[in-house]
Amino acid sequence: MTELFAAHVPELMFGSLILFLLTGFPVAFSLASCGLLFGFLGMEFGLLPASLFQALPLRVFGIIQNETLLAIPFFTLMGLILERSGMAEDLLDTVGQVFGPIRGGLALAVLFVGALLAATTGVVAASVISMGLISLPIMLRFGYSPAVASGAITASGTLAQILPPSLVLIVMADQLGRSVGDLYKGAFIPAFALVALYALFIIGLAIFKPKLVPALPPEARHYREPNGHSGMRSLLVFGALVTTVSVVFGLNYSEILSAFKGEEISAPLDETIVLALTCGTLLAFFGALINKALGFGLLSRITERVTFVLIPPLALIFLVLGTIFLGIATPTEGGAMGAIGGMAMAFARGKLDLPLLRNALESTARLSCFVLFILIGSTIFSFTFTAVDGQIWVEHLFDKLPGGQIGFLVFVNVVIFFLGFFIDFFEIAFILVPLLAPVADKLGIDLVWFGVLLAMNLQTSFLTPPFGFALFYLRSVAPAKDYLDRITGKNVASVKTMDIYRGSIPFVIIQIAMVAALIAFPGLVTSGLDKAVKVDLDTIEINVQSGDDGGWGQQEDAWGGGSPRPEGDPALDSKRPQDGETPPDSGDGGSTGFGNTQRGW
Amino acid sequence: MDTLLRLSGVIDAVSRLFGKFIIWLVLAATVISAGNAIARKAFNLGSNAFLEIQWYLFGAVFLLGAGFTFLQNAHVRIDVVASRLSMRTRMFIDIVGILVFLLPLCWFMIDFAWPIVKGAYISGEMSSNSGGLIRWPVYALVPAGFALLGLQAVSELIKRIAFLHGKGPNPLLLGGHDDQAAAVAAHTDSTVEEPK
Repeated sequence: MTELFAAHVPELMFGSLILFLLTGFPVAFSLASCGLLFGFLGMEFGLLPASLFQALPLRVFGIIQNETLLAIPFFTLMGLILERSGMAEDLLDTVGQVFGPIRGGLALAVLFVGALLAATTGVVAASVISMGLISLPIMLRFGYSPAVASGAITASGTLAQILPPSLVLIVMADQLGRSVGDLYKGAFIPAFALVALYALFIIGLAIFKPKLVPALPPEARHYREPNGHSGMRSLLVFGALVTTVSVVFGLNYSEILSAFKGEEISAPLDETIVLALTCGTLLAFFGALINKALGFGLLSRITERVTFVLIPPLALIFLVLGTIFLGIATPTEGGAMGAIGGMAMAFARGKLDLPLLRNALESTARLSCFVLFILIGSTIFSFTFTAVDGQIWVEHLFDKLPGGQIGFLVFVNVVIFFLGFFIDFFEIAFILVPLLAPVADKLGIDLVWFGVLLAMNLQTSFLTPPFGFALFYLRSVAPAKDYLDRITGKNVASVKTMDIYRGSIPFVIIQIAMVAALIAFPGLVTSGLDKAVKVDLDTIEINVQSGDDGGWGQQEDAWGGGSPRPEGDPALDSKRPQDGETPPDSGDGGSTGFGNTQRGW
Repeated sequence: MDTLLRLSGVIDAVSRLFGKFIIWLVLAATVISAGNAIARKAFNLGSNAFLEIQWYLFGAVFLLGAGFTFLQNAHVRIDVVASRLSMRTRMFIDIVGILVFLLPLCWFMIDFAWPIVKGAYISGEMSSNSGGLIRWPVYALVPAGFALLGLQAVSELIKRIAFLHGKGPNPLLLGGHDDQAAAVAAHTDSTVEEPK
């Protein structure tokens, strides 16, 4: 009996966990109980020392101390506030007016706004719901195919999973023991490639199936000039001017910086991009402001409108991503600044009142609580699981798998893709990723690559019928009954669930192609990482402890531990080694795209 | 049973009180964290106390909020199979789960953590960072959080048993993601209206 038990603890433990989870008892408690139960059984059978659990509270304290996890409430709060702030509405309305007059334009507008929202916050539900409420009725009114319209909305909404500052990537980084910055950098090229592929698909539709994606009729275009012109020329000229200035600034930034500091400095690429974009934004903003204030009338109404509407999201992107990439803020602090910025913006628009704030804070607290409890649960589980050599059992499971790295990746991706239908991101990140990461590492797989791959795969999973979360979100706001359109007075057919399913399929295919491409060409991820950054944690610790801090040359530090610091700030010096020490299997990490947090119902 | 239901009501009220309280800690942590980044960059100021207080606050949020979250039935469940079971069976699973797993879990976590809290209190353990904060309050959050969770578990147990005896409302339908559901419902109503 004892031997039988001893020989099969990991299997028994894993099997019981699955059984516990399937009963529908809360995940956090199932995980923790399973860990405790087998711990005590192990002691009973003399397999584990009686003092095993003495160190357990320290693990829980470790979770509390993990600064990266603070990103969970901050980004969630930001997403909730932004959803109500009306920013998405303005964006969709205006961008729709700009792109609308061309075929496929409304779908492109949705994609563009989806990407902007994704780069602002990291929360899927907000984007899908806003776009479903605002863009879907307009697209339907002007004769878009319901399937194409819903496909564009769900796909664009899920971009928040993969485009920095995605919470998915933050949690992945934490669980894989890599820096958040590395995952952000690694995800950039794949995420943009994905947006480009989406756009190509829509443009393809516009060319080959124009009936599915008609242009806005002239009477639906507001923001006209008094003389009846569309004002598009003014927009194009202004846009070109701003772009030129930004590009010129970007190309010469190193020289400007050198002249300013009086020494030869070569600026890092990301810093240059951030500053060039900021420069362009500021120019556009002040240009439009001066034009308006002095009544020059140089810009058309639509140009002015576009400028003023794009400023808030761009400012937020700077506040979050810009400060992170410039090394001013950690990803966590970037999230906090974004949340404060979002509140300020909502307040300025008169959309922030006490009930809204309280509601957003309450949802944030609740989400943080259940996510962190899953983490506590999985920590307790893996505590025992590691003690009974579960890790080794998992590794042996993959021994028989043919195909080395590729075989492992394909297998893992298929499994996670299907699991993504039923369990949400947090559970996958906290339970499975810590089990898989050491195996991946042993196979020589770059963990940043692995993380980006899993994130993109999960995004696919959330988009895939019939269980994808994004589809549920759209279903909840799409018209379920035929209705009379207010403007045209025509009857508009409801959006059927089947339409939503069908619409997502082309985008799922694009996603799967992208996942396959990532497996085949790891360079898509790893080339985004600066070589200097691609050092392992040990080196970074040494770097940090050397204690010098100055200038941009030091940026690796910021990326390494995810935390730039004030001069000689000892807090982070002592914190960073802890991060390094924490083995990926200790399960300290945190959070996600909201996309899937509503598993409960 | 009535006495027990009254007890459950008192526990729920306590959890709600904590729920009301912790949401402001979220806001405080957000402001402090953003302030840290700004102060560091703009004024070259850094304080370990302020770096640490943000995760003290967050720790308080999720540990002290555990009971409140349970009250709202918001701890995530995997309901692929469970959603097909009858309400009675699901209640029964919850009752067994609370009695056999959750309450012992809370007990052991308090039991394991207590000596460490006491030790830190007696020794006056401080953060190893200069200017850091005293440690015992954050250690104490762990037993406190699990105590609140255990208390709420008792209340949930009572409510489930009452429901099975036909003496109370279905606790699985209460709370939960009500405000999200309400938000979605509000959205759905407005779809028929003319978006601009």
